Amino acid sequence: MRIGIDVGGTNTDAVLIEGEDIIASCKTATTDEINDGIETALKNLVTSHPASCKKVEAVMIGTTHFVNAVVQRRHLNKVATIRIGLPASASLYPMVDWPEDLRDLVNGDIYMVEGGHEYDGRPLMPLDEKELHRIAQNIKKSGISAVAISSIFSPLTDACEKRAEEILLNEDPSFRISVSNKFGRIGLLERESVTILNASLQDLSESTVDAFEKAIKRSGINAPLFITQNDGTVTKSDIARDTPVFAFASGPTNSMRGAAFLSGIENAMVVDIGGTTSDVGCIRNGYPREANNVVEIGGVRTLFRMPDVVSIGIGGGTIVKSDPLKIGPESVGHRLQQKARIFGGDQLTLTDIAVASNDLELGDPALVSEISKQKVSQIKEAVNTILEQTVDSMKTDNAEIPLLVVGGGAMLCPKEMDGISDVINVMHADVANAVGAAMAQISGEVDRVFNDMTRDDLLLEATQIATQRAMAAGADEDTIRVVDMEDLPLAYIPGNAVRARVRVVGDITR
Amino acid sequence: MSARENKQSASKNKPKARRTLEISDIEALALGAWILGTGGGGDPYHKLLNMRELYKNGHSVDLIDPMSLDDDAVVGVLSNMGAPLVGQERLADPHFAIKPVKMMERYIGRKFDAVMALEIGGGNGVHPMLVAALSGYPVVDADTMGRAYPEAQMTSVAVSRLQCFPLTLADIRDNEIIIPRAASWKWMERISRKVCTEIGSIAATCKAPRSGREVKDHTIHYTTTKAIELGYAVQEARRNHHDPVAAIIKACSGHFLFEGKVVDVERKATEGFLRGKALIQGLSNYADQEFLVHFQNEFSVGYLNGDAIVMTPDLICVLDTVSGDGIGTDVLRYGQRVSVLALPGPEIFRTQAGLDAVGPRAFGFDLDYECIFDKV
Repeated sequence: MRIGIDVGGTNTDAVLIEGEDIIASCKTATTDEINDGIETALKNLVTSHPASCKKVEAVMIGTTHFVNAVVQRRHLNKVATIRIGLPASASLYPMVDWPEDLRDLVNGDIYMVEGGHEYDGRPLMPLDEKELHRIAQNIKKSGISAVAISSIFSPLTDACEKRAEEILLNEDPSFRISVSNKFGRIGLLERESVTILNASLQDLSESTVDAFEKAIKRSGINAPLFITQNDGTVTKSDIARDTPVFAFASGPTNSMRGAAFLSGIENAMVVDIGGTTSDVGCIRNGYPREANNVVEIGGVRTLFRMPDVVSIGIGGGTIVKSDPLKIGPESVGHRLQQKARIFGGDQLTLTDIAVASNDLELGDPALVSEISKQKVSQIKEAVNTILEQTVDSMKTDNAEIPLLVVGGGAMLCPKEMDGISDVINVMHADVANAVGAAMAQISGEVDRVFNDMTRDDLLLEATQIATQRAMAAGADEDTIRVVDMEDLPLAYIPGNAVRARVRVVGDITR
Repeated sequence: MSARENKQSASKNKPKARRTLEISDIEALALGAWILGTGGGGDPYHKLLNMRELYKNGHSVDLIDPMSLDDDAVVGVLSNMGAPLVGQERLADPHFAIKPVKMMERYIGRKFDAVMALEIGGGNGVHPMLVAALSGYPVVDADTMGRAYPEAQMTSVAVSRLQCFPLTLADIRDNEIIIPRAASWKWMERISRKVCTEIGSIAATCKAPRSGREVKDHTIHYTTTKAIELGYAVQEARRNHHDPVAAIIKACSGHFLFEGKVVDVERKATEGFLRGKALIQGLSNYADQEFLVHFQNEFSVGYLNGDAIVMTPDLICVLDTVSGDGIGTDVLRYGQRVSVLALPGPEIFRTQAGLDAVGPRAFGFDLDYECIFDKV
């Protein structure tokens, strides 16, 4: 028995799940103090299903709280940043390409130190430990406790970051340290930026995870808390507390995972049609495909493990203009009940078109009866084309696969599409997010360069490292399987250098 | 369009003898250079960031007309050498870029009058700007490729059989390397590549200095201005919601070849290069047709429905259909909607000596070069 919770911008959804069955679900408004909404949702479930709630083994929460804090520049703490790698990379200091307002808010101080590694693991320069001792004392004096440490080629070898962390903790065990090798791949600026963002979220992360735990306790449920991650997995609350950046994209991830679970289909395209936008993604082996390129968060370039999602301005509230025909991207948003024609409003929306074409029963159909059949089909055609092109551009190969449709605007999706074997409207589509949270698993990943190994050997070693990481995060060894494996021979670099990326997932250890 | 017309249109846009570039010019340069990189040459992002910092701190760069150089002027030809992956961790730094320039000046016993780019395509198109901003030397509005190519012998100065030495390489540590002599451009490539690998697969270099006369006679002129104008054309099209791809064709007198979606990418690293091919399935006007493009770091030959229709030294650009951004051969992937264009290559590469160095056979294709601009 598990409870999945999705804390969205508008609603907090909760579902109670036993095995593969949804026992109960509930929707409440998200509150300013987000634990209140969670507590309300949990108490609803406990009141309606007291016996089942006693058997709950895990509560899994997905939240957009941390990413919103960065986007809205709220609740961020100051960070002291240490970069190891002088004399290399000196001119492009940490946060050099951040928006100024965010940098001013987060930057406590920047320290650059000699050290780091080469692409083949040789030291770039000997690590300047004396300087690190001096820096540790300085940071302590400054009163800043959140520290971000990055080092050149640390995804290859974490020796410098590890030693720096030791030196700092020796000076003051209360430092909260984020080291860059945990937060990404090759790409110093982007990896470092994520590490600094993570450090800047330490206060918020601690108070939020505490609030979640308190809400669970107060509702009378006795189960551990897990937080859902960007990649469709969960991690234990004590690890999640230290790594809030990994929860950034859990919203779209959970809806795609939920769609996969609710439909029983593991390889498909997914479209989540909401009020303002449609998110299109792709699930492979039940998990969202990750973005390959730079993803910007609040104006900061990152190389996150993020689902590859395209958002387009098509939703139930999307405004339709005539002469010339223009669909969106403006939307009436949450004011559909006042603005849409079928409710007596003056804006023609895609919901009105769905009612006019008998795809939906809502409001007063008489209010849209004067729209010509020709115009309705013209608009539907245009929407179909946009959706079809977006879905097609997100496909990973040419084969026909199913399309899973979730979200409140599901009726806008055409019943047939080129390159799609079946358009499937998923049951319980409105709580797909919470279901996705409840069904999440635990992952482990490795992404680094291997030298002078055969392809089989290096993939085996990479898989072993990923498996150990998954187990450390709480996965049951017997259920661990590889979900992604990729190797790229590196041009120019001698010694058979191969960059390999392996990801495994497993069920939570009971 | 013929080569002659191309030259005319370049000289029609001939810039003033000397002008100071604004940071907006550098932003446009980065965008244009990435397109002229034809899939290679490396993303100019880190170099652009450095330029933003330098301009913020009051530095600036002057661009000069190559024809304004005195015959006995001495010009430093600059580039960064190495693996793009290493550049992701060991970030571009103007204080590092300037080291081999100082070394070369000490070695030849005189100061440079100006600096210029080895290749305008990709990050190296912006590279001399870092040195110029810091040193105050002007940048010559020219390069030796008019695009990006993978090897040292693939330049206008190599094709013209100019001297290939000396060459200086600098490490971020206190290591300085001078190659006073090499038997040929290919030997220079081999020896410098080894040194570069030893110091971490990244090195700032200063190639054999060129006299003002040599720059005037044997380099590709006005390519910096061309890249800047190209960047501005794309920015303006985006701002006005016009088609950026059409803007590129107009700015460079290019030829539209194909529009479609990438359906297969095959990549492998052999002999120190990223080689492979991508298959693009036609869309809209090109439905039911297919375009296959081969690459060795940069795009080399393109086949329309099985026929080789475009090949090096003509520039083959694969661009994001919507944004007009260049797409690197290392990041091409299934599903991207792309447009393929041909832009005219420098005249010198269309001579027999040029084709020997950079024609389709130099990249392993059993094809005789046919210029697409002679066919259309």
